[in-house]
Amino acid sequence: MNNLVVLPMVIPVLAGILFVFFRNQIKLQRWISFIVMIGNIGIAAYLLHLNQIAGIQRIDFSGWMPPFGISFVADSFALILVLLTSLVAAICLIYAFSSIGEAREKMYFYSFVNFLVAGVNGSFLTGDLFNLYVCFEIMLLASYVLIALGGEKVQLRESIKYVLINVLSSWFFLVAIAYLYGAIGTLNMAHISERIAESGQTPLLTVISIVFLTVFALKAGLLLYFWLPGSYSIAPTAVAALFGALLTKVGIYAMIRVFTLFFYHDPSITHTFITVLAALTLIGGSIGAVAYKDIRLIVTYNVVIAVGFILVGLAVATPEALEGSIYYLMHDMIVKALLFLLAGTMISVTGTTRIDEMSGLIRNYPLLGWMFFIVMLSLAGVPPLSGFIGKVLVGQGTIETGSYILLALAFLSSIFVLYSLLRVFLQCFWGETIISSEDEIPMKNGWMIPCAILTIGTIVLGLGAEFIFPYVSDAANTLLNPSDYIDAVLTQD
Amino acid sequence: MKTNNVILRAVVKLVVFIILTLAVYLFLSGHHSPGGGFIGGLVVAAALVLLFVSFDIETVRGAIPFDFKKVAALGAFISVTTGFGSLLFGEPFLSQTFAYFDLPFFGETELTTVTIFEAGVALVVVGVVVTIILSIVEDV
Repeated sequence: MNNLVVLPMVIPVLAGILFVFFRNQIKLQRWISFIVMIGNIGIAAYLLHLNQIAGIQRIDFSGWMPPFGISFVADSFALILVLLTSLVAAICLIYAFSSIGEAREKMYFYSFVNFLVAGVNGSFLTGDLFNLYVCFEIMLLASYVLIALGGEKVQLRESIKYVLINVLSSWFFLVAIAYLYGAIGTLNMAHISERIAESGQTPLLTVISIVFLTVFALKAGLLLYFWLPGSYSIAPTAVAALFGALLTKVGIYAMIRVFTLFFYHDPSITHTFITVLAALTLIGGSIGAVAYKDIRLIVTYNVVIAVGFILVGLAVATPEALEGSIYYLMHDMIVKALLFLLAGTMISVTGTTRIDEMSGLIRNYPLLGWMFFIVMLSLAGVPPLSGFIGKVLVGQGTIETGSYILLALAFLSSIFVLYSLLRVFLQCFWGETIISSEDEIPMKNGWMIPCAILTIGTIVLGLGAEFIFPYVSDAANTLLNPSDYIDAVLTQD
Repeated sequence: MKTNNVILRAVVKLVVFIILTLAVYLFLSGHHSPGGGFIGGLVVAAALVLLFVSFDIETVRGAIPFDFKKVAALGAFISVTTGFGSLLFGEPFLSQTFAYFDLPFFGETELTTVTIFEAGVALVVVGVVVTIILSIVEDV
C-alpha cells in the first residue's frame, strides 16, 4: 500500500474543483496549476525510484483487496509516462500563461487542463479495466471542453466531429469491456491476465481483443486517424501541444498494456493486425505530412507517423523493440509538444498558417529558427538527440524478427518526417524576410522559455540515455513478464 | 396569455416539503439499504425543478440564492477531501470508518464518515442537475 500512487490523479482533480471558487483570481489559478504539475513530477520521480528498489507500488482504494476493489498500480512504464505527462503539462501551462487570453482563462481553462491531466494520469496508473474507461472519459470530457472553448465557428465544426467520434469509440470500449467481463468474469487487469493465461486465449477472446484494438486504434490514431488532423489543428497552440503530446499517447499506452498483459498468447493473429495497422499508419501519415502547405496539418500528420512508429515496436514485441517503443514514447511526448509550440509561435508572429506565405523568419527570430532546426533533427532521429535511441532499438527489434518490410517503412517514414519539416524550415526560415523590423511582433519570453526548456529536454533525453536506460529497461521487462505485474497486484501485503 | 396556475402552486408548496423529506429519508437510508447521496440528490433536484416549473425562475432564484455551479463544486470538493482524510491516519485513500454513539433523543446512533462523502455526492448531483436544467431553459 502506498498512498502516493493516487496523488498524480487526485491532486489535479482537487485543484480543478478549487478553481471554480476562484474564477476571477487568474494569477492564483496559474500558480496553483503550475505547482500541481511540478509536484506531480516530484511524486512520479520518487515513485519511479522506489519502483527500482521496492518493486511495483499499488494502492487499493478503501482497502478493498484486489480483484474485488479498485487498485492503482504504478509500474515503471506507467510512472515514466506520468512523469513525462506532468512535465509536458507544466511547460504547456507556461506557454498558455502568455498566449491563451483572459476570456478563456475566466471560462475555467485551468480547471479543465487539470482535469485533462488527472484523466491522463489516472489512465496510466489504474489497474482496473473499467476504471481505465472512466479515466479515459475524464480525459475526453476535459478535452471536449478545451477544444470547443472560445466558440469560433471552425472550432465548433471540428469539435462536433471530435465529440461524435469519441463518443462512438467510448461506446465500443464499453462493449468490449462487457464482452470481456462476460467471457472472463473479472475487471481487475492482473486478474484478467491470470485467467486468460489459465484458460488459454480462445478464439472468442481473440475476437474481443480485436474489438479492443479497434477502440484504441481510434483513440490513438492508428490508421483510424481521419478525425485527428482537423481537431488538433484548430485548438489554441498551448491546447494543441497538450493534445498532440498526451492524448494519442494514452491510446498507445492502453494498447501496449492490453496486448502485453492480456492478449499475448496468440500473436500470429493479434500482432499481425497491429503490424498491418502500423504499416498503413506510417504510409498514410507520411503522405499527409508532405501533402499539405498548412503548417498545422503538417505537424498533426507528424503525430500520426509517430503513432505508427511506436506501435511497430509493439508489433514485433522483442525486448529491444519494446524498450525502443517506450523510449520513443518519451521522446515523442517532449518533441511533439515542442513542435506544436514552435508551429503555433510561427503562426502567431506571421499571422498566417500557410508555409508559402512565410519567409526568412530566421532573420527576425533566430532562436525560434534554431530550435525548429533542432526539433527537426530530433524527430528525424539524428544522434545524439532523443529520437535516435528509440529508432535504433525499434530497428534492432524488427531485424531480429525478420520483419524487413516494417523496418523499411519505419525508416522511410523518418525520411518523410525529415522532408516534411525540412520543407517547412527552408520555406519559412530561409529566404528573403517578409517582416520588416517595424512590423516585427516582439517575441515574448513566455513563448520562448517553454520552447527552450523542451529543446533542452530533447537534448538531455538523448545524451542522458545511459542514465534513463535502467528505468526504460525495467518498464519493458515488466511488460514482457506479465507475472511480475500479476504478483505485485494479487499478493496481499 | 397568463395561465392561471393557483392550484398547481398551492399543491407544489405542500408537495415540495414531502419530496424534500423523502430526499432526506433516501439519503440517510443509503448506508444499509437502497438509497444514498446520488438518489437523495436527484430527489432534491426534482423538488427544485418542480419549483422552477410552477413559479418563475426569478422568484425561486430570489428564494434560493445559490450559484448551483458552486454548489456542485463544493460537493465535489467535500467528497474528494474525505478521501484525503484517510491519508492522515495512514489508511488507503478513500477508506471510511464508522462507530456507534449514544446521542440524546436519537438513542444509539451509527455515525459514519461515508455520510460526509455521500453529502458531497448529493450536492454535486443537485448542483449539476439544476445547472443543466437552467441552462436549457435559458437557451430557449
